[in-house]
Amino acid sequence: MNFIETLINGLSIGSTYAMIALGYTMVYGIAKMLNFAHGDVIMVGGYMLYVTLTATGNPILGLLAAVVFCMLLGITIEKVAYKPLRGASPLAVLITAIGVSYLLQSTAQIIFGSAPKMVNVASLGNVSFVGLTIPVYVLVTLVCSLVIMTALSLFVKFTRTGRAMIAVSEDKGAAQLMGINVNRIIMITFAIGSALAAFAGLFMLMKSPSLTNTLGAMPGIKAFTAAVIGGIGSIPGAMLGGILMGVVEAISLKIPLIAPYTDAIEFLILILILLVRPTGIMGKKRREKV
Amino acid sequence: MALLEVKDLTVYYGVIQALKGISFEVNEGEIVTLIGANGAGKTTTMQSVIGLIPSRSGSVLYEGQDITKMPCHKIVHLGMSQVPEGRRIFQELTVYENLVMGAYSQKKSASFKEDIDKIYTRFPRLAERKNQIAGTLSGGEQQMLAMGRALMSHPKLLMLDEPSMGLSPLLVDQVFEIIQDINKDGTTILLVEQNAGKSLAISHRAYVLETGSIVLSGTGAELAASESVKKAYLGG
Repeated sequence: MNFIETLINGLSIGSTYAMIALGYTMVYGIAKMLNFAHGDVIMVGGYMLYVTLTATGNPILGLLAAVVFCMLLGITIEKVAYKPLRGASPLAVLITAIGVSYLLQSTAQIIFGSAPKMVNVASLGNVSFVGLTIPVYVLVTLVCSLVIMTALSLFVKFTRTGRAMIAVSEDKGAAQLMGINVNRIIMITFAIGSALAAFAGLFMLMKSPSLTNTLGAMPGIKAFTAAVIGGIGSIPGAMLGGILMGVVEAISLKIPLIAPYTDAIEFLILILILLVRPTGIMGKKRREKV
Repeated sequence: MALLEVKDLTVYYGVIQALKGISFEVNEGEIVTLIGANGAGKTTTMQSVIGLIPSRSGSVLYEGQDITKMPCHKIVHLGMSQVPEGRRIFQELTVYENLVMGAYSQKKSASFKEDIDKIYTRFPRLAERKNQIAGTLSGGEQQMLAMGRALMSHPKLLMLDEPSMGLSPLLVDQVFEIIQDINKDGTTILLVEQNAGKSLAISHRAYVLETGSIVLSGTGAELAASESVKKAYLGG
């Protein structure tokens, strides 16, 4: 029973990672860049939640404010920092992304100070059934992310805009020849990724209420690892990679002997998987047919 | 008035001048071919006209409207469509989904069902394979798909870049027949080909492109009879 509780907890952590990993992987697939400021969008969402919660006491309103603000932030970052670098060397884009990351962290520190803020979203307690005791926030995280990820998959597969996203990720030029406005698709991708990050921020703060300006740093790196494990650019890959990371983390934390090395173990898995499959679990090799 | 009028089009890749100010026109209902050797600037011309290469000077008029500074996706919405070099179909989508992408510029596609049936009638192989992943099609089938996809947007001007490349002689004949059919149904065609013999035979007019400049123009028959064209492009 204890193992099942750990597993459910792992799935919940993993779905949080998956939500973040989706932002990395979609932006990579469509704009062909690594947005290393993505983790910090989670943190900004966290502060937005904190501010709204302090003012109104309503967590739903807080979530809404965080989602909307993060979407606008994502769109702005893309417009101001990345769009002018379209076609520039990948190194220039990478260093810009790192710059944006520090800018967000420092701005948050200037506004909110460096002492952690306590964000008590809601006291949800535990729920017991068939001999299992599971915190409610774990279930909320799990159910919410499942719903969101299913909706996202359906959106990408069945809507006009979703299909355009697939087309742009496969061949930007050919997508333009279909009449697709690539800039608009990139903007929408940043908006979606940032909205998912805002949700991830809420899930993280439900788990542990301490909010600092580096909230997004470690989860950002882990989710990026998850995206690479799953195959960067692949949406199901990011979900799988995230879940895998979360489950490994939860199990590892339960074994006293290896618990202190949990982070190292997660990155070790990345190395092992890349040795066997350099493109990640669901990553595709580019095939050219003449 | 010409459907497409290109005046003094110049394109640079960095410091290299790929097109040195070319001018040509395509009238409604015509098949016009650009022939030329590898590296003459044929693909550059095609990509530049439709806005895929944004850095260009000179002017491009489409139905009298200046589209020189217009981005590619807007030009496509005006009724210009292109089968790019190397086909560039969406490998991971199915045949059907590729055709759906082709109709992207048709806002409210009331005629979608009709259009796709038309494509399936014209290319029966695509109907047989509609749920297959496009990347697993043969080269000839991919070419049919690329053409079908380009036709889904009801183009007034269809541009085809090396549609016969890499195909068996039998398929090449078939492709040229289909191009003529499409033209007879009222679509104007701008064709780029290395297969000068076959393309001149179906063209109303043609231009010869050499290292970024147009060196010769005339009707398809005139150019096919020209000594210099015979020598350079028709093998004797």
